[in-house]
Amino acid sequence: MRSSGVTARATREPVAVKVALTVLALGFLGLFLVVPLVAVFAQALEKGWAAYASALREPMALSAVKLTLLTAGIAVPLNLVFGVAAAWAIAKFEFPGRNALVTLIDLPFGVSPVISGMVFILLFGRQGLLGPWAQAHDLKIVFAVPGLVLATLFVTFPFVARELIPLMQAEGTEEEEAARVLGASGWQMFRRVTLPNIKWGLLYGVILCNARAMGEFGAVSVVSGHIRGKTNTLPLHVEILYNEYQFQAAFAVASVLTLLALVTLLAKTVVEWRGRREVSDVD
Amino acid sequence: MPVPDRFRKTHSVLPGFGLALGVSVLSLSLIVLLPLSTLFWKSSGLGWSGFWQAVSAPRVVASYKLTFGAALAAAIVNGVFGFIVTWVLVRYRFPGRRLVDALVDFPFALPTAVAGITLTTLYAPNGWLGEPLARLGVKAAFTPLGVTIALTFIGLPFVVRTLQPVLESLDPEVEEAAASLGASRLQTIARVVLPALFPAWLTGVALAFARALGEYGSVVFIAGNMPMKTEITPLLIITKLEQYDYAGATAIAVVTLVASFSMLLAINRLQTWSARLGAAE
Repeated sequence: MRSSGVTARATREPVAVKVALTVLALGFLGLFLVVPLVAVFAQALEKGWAAYASALREPMALSAVKLTLLTAGIAVPLNLVFGVAAAWAIAKFEFPGRNALVTLIDLPFGVSPVISGMVFILLFGRQGLLGPWAQAHDLKIVFAVPGLVLATLFVTFPFVARELIPLMQAEGTEEEEAARVLGASGWQMFRRVTLPNIKWGLLYGVILCNARAMGEFGAVSVVSGHIRGKTNTLPLHVEILYNEYQFQAAFAVASVLTLLALVTLLAKTVVEWRGRREVSDVD
Repeated sequence: MPVPDRFRKTHSVLPGFGLALGVSVLSLSLIVLLPLSTLFWKSSGLGWSGFWQAVSAPRVVASYKLTFGAALAAAIVNGVFGFIVTWVLVRYRFPGRRLVDALVDFPFALPTAVAGITLTTLYAPNGWLGEPLARLGVKAAFTPLGVTIALTFIGLPFVVRTLQPVLESLDPEVEEAAASLGASRLQTIARVVLPALFPAWLTGVALAFARALGEYGSVVFIAGNMPMKTEITPLLIITKLEQYDYAGATAIAVVTLVASFSMLLAINRLQTWSARLGAAE
């Protein structure tokens, strides 16, 4: 008994240290995470519910909501298709240059959002590489909606692929090979074998991709040209209101984006929990 | 004779390789590689001396110093507190632990512009946190301290989420062995636990630092944006773009990009080292 007591003492911290560390950790998180979270809603509701609602019903706010939904509505499905295709090729096959491909897919994570937007101005702007071509065909890309979509596609590019690659690598190829040998077509194999195995990871990747697509600021700020009612997504609308000293309205719109972030966190927690439960069911 | 793995997979019965690889490479080229290549096209037009002039102007160098210094300070703060947070989340049990654990990702999920205006309002001289600080004679918003606060907010999840799985998978038997051999708790932590966690910890700190170098939305509101004093490098790039100085903006962007990519390369090496360390145990 005595020896186990000694081990316990030597493998655990004294209660006082435990309490002190816990208080320190929670204090830090409270100061850096909880206080800002509370502040968003406190500022948004500073002038009451009526002012809050009217800030969200304003035509500029509504057009920003529409544009945000449109941008994410294009960028997320395209990245979904790309992410599944890339993960399929990378996780299930060996080919020269595979590691290089993985590195290149991750590139946008290492690029400052400002540069992610800027490259599209260098490409399609008036002095850009393809600028004369775009003008000749009367295509408005930068300072217009297509530019916002392209910049969003760029910054969200790695999200789905990055979730799926390790997951599909861990699954291996046996189940799919068995389906093929038993006569399944490629599409049947994908729908009945691959998709059920990756659904939680896929869902998680899509959720993260969507959160970033709707919340992106730096990249879309550069390509938008700040044309009110035309090229303003929700984060850009927040910036405009804030810079015009309409603080309450800025925080009202910001609170919508904060709710989106909280829903994303909730979805992430649920997906992780479901995924873990399924793994333990199989075991 | 066993068929080599590599050989077997190239002759896989699985369909869709050509289509999947084609779709990936095409979208990667159009959406990422072609746009990024314009940076080198545009900055090569400057020539060496023009490039050097653009990236070494005093105002630009002042922005590097601020961005680099604040990113480093924030990474260190996150290194210390991120470690404590991870330790408490993994090793201790307290009510609400799972909620706190989920909340750690909040800075990842929150749009940066929202983080920016919220932190600015909090730390402004009349804000909830700015006012008590002002009474102590500390100015937070619109100073380098404000920049550091915003970058700390953004970087925290990187440290915790990199360290957490490694601490979780650390075998308790190793600590028990050290204790039964007569080590005190402090000795066990210093000689057994910390060395095992070090590569992951350093990776997390480096990831937070790399993210901070390019960060824009959460910083631009709280920074104050005074040339030579509180102007971050990404903002300077935008200022140059708005003045139609595309070549100048590109030159600074190339410097930023090279810095971030070198960091990511170093992180990649770190992860390999970390994995080898894990496999050796």
